[in-house]
Amino acid sequence: MSAPDRNPTDQISTDRESPDSHAGELPSQSGEAGFTALQSEAPDSPAALLARLRDALPQAAITLRSNPGPAAQHSLLVEPADLTDVCRLLRDTPDLAFDFLSNVTGVDWPDPAKADAVAVPADGEATTRTAGGFLEVIYHLYSTSRRVGPLVLRTRTADRGDHAKIPSLVAIYRSAEFQEREIFDLFGVEFTGHPDLRRILMWDEFVDHPMRKDYVAPDDYQYEPTPHDAVLQKAKRHYPAQQ
Amino acid sequence: MAIDPKLAEDLKSQGVHVTSFEQLINWGRSSSLWPLQFGLACCAIEMIAATMARYDMARFGAEVFRPSPRQADLMIVAGTVTKKMAPQVVRLYNQMAEPKYVIAMGACAISGGPFKDGYNVLKGIDRFIPVDVAIPGCPPRPEALLEGLITLRELIAKEKLMGKHRARHADPDGTAAFPVPEFGEHDLIPTANREIWNPPTVVRQAEGGEA
Repeated sequence: MSAPDRNPTDQISTDRESPDSHAGELPSQSGEAGFTALQSEAPDSPAALLARLRDALPQAAITLRSNPGPAAQHSLLVEPADLTDVCRLLRDTPDLAFDFLSNVTGVDWPDPAKADAVAVPADGEATTRTAGGFLEVIYHLYSTSRRVGPLVLRTRTADRGDHAKIPSLVAIYRSAEFQEREIFDLFGVEFTGHPDLRRILMWDEFVDHPMRKDYVAPDDYQYEPTPHDAVLQKAKRHYPAQQ
Repeated sequence: MAIDPKLAEDLKSQGVHVTSFEQLINWGRSSSLWPLQFGLACCAIEMIAATMARYDMARFGAEVFRPSPRQADLMIVAGTVTKKMAPQVVRLYNQMAEPKYVIAMGACAISGGPFKDGYNVLKGIDRFIPVDVAIPGCPPRPEALLEGLITLRELIAKEKLMGKHRARHADPDGTAAFPVPEFGEHDLIPTANREIWNPPTVVRQAEGGEA
């Protein structure tokens, strides 16, 4: 398996083993609150779920992204267009029954090569995007009836500008409502179909997206006694030294 | 004008209490502070603990927390003031009746504290309203809040009601309301009320002897 533009300094990507041989060595992980983590064995491994999803939704482009770190928490990368179909299937299939969306979060990847360095394609099918950045939205699904989880779904916007759009999951998982609003607020992902897409943390007049990596906070530094590193640079700028 | 303190002591031993209206009014005000019942972060938990039986703020006459600013004369800013909350805090202050006092409780209310470099945190409530007592700590223990309360009582007891150095609320030209900041596209507008917030100019020493 080759990933030429993997970041060599990134610890999590130094392990080049395939996920299945890796996860098999680990002791079985017990997840939070008595939930069983998804195992490498069928039927609940992301790889097995991927096979089932491909059977049920042959037109959907879904790839397995392995996490080579000790957590071995592999995830499924779903195209935004297929996201609602995939989630509806995961929720409504009786022996899957992923009935609880625990967490939605976002990641800003202005440099797409770094995203692919952390999430190693497991089957070599995924291609590295070479131009532009994107925003990634990550979903953690649990099945409360079967007590398994989390199943990690990821999806990526086309770019970080006008096409930063992801279909909303509020119609499928009501718990997505506030979390999607938070991601809209802090990352600027537009969730199409969201019933009430407003800012939730910052005020309505605010125009920036503070969790984006290129966000620049207002420069209103006030002196503090022991500045260091980046704060020292601010201190030097705002309080010039006496000559 | 003022009575000889020794004579006052002598009279007191005979059961005669001599005082001035200023002292009497200040004694009444300092002995019955009614704080505004609101908290912003973890400091509020310590504030609540200070009112409960173990620390018993009632001993100092400040146990009646009022849920309405119209009935309160002490604002304890207990916790991080976010930029989204700052206009509401200033508006609550403006709605309080004079005389009114402000305690900035904890590092966040004083300066922004550990969140000072955050994009969403106001670097001290003293940028918008006048603060009488600042209590450092993160969070300050209930004893520290009681110490701050006693300090405020001492300040009130020393307040002048007439003359050149009279208190703000006794000055007919003094203001009871301060401008409420507006939400801007990137930050609050203005970021501070320069009429009341004038931090000292800090001059760093030359390189090598880092200030």
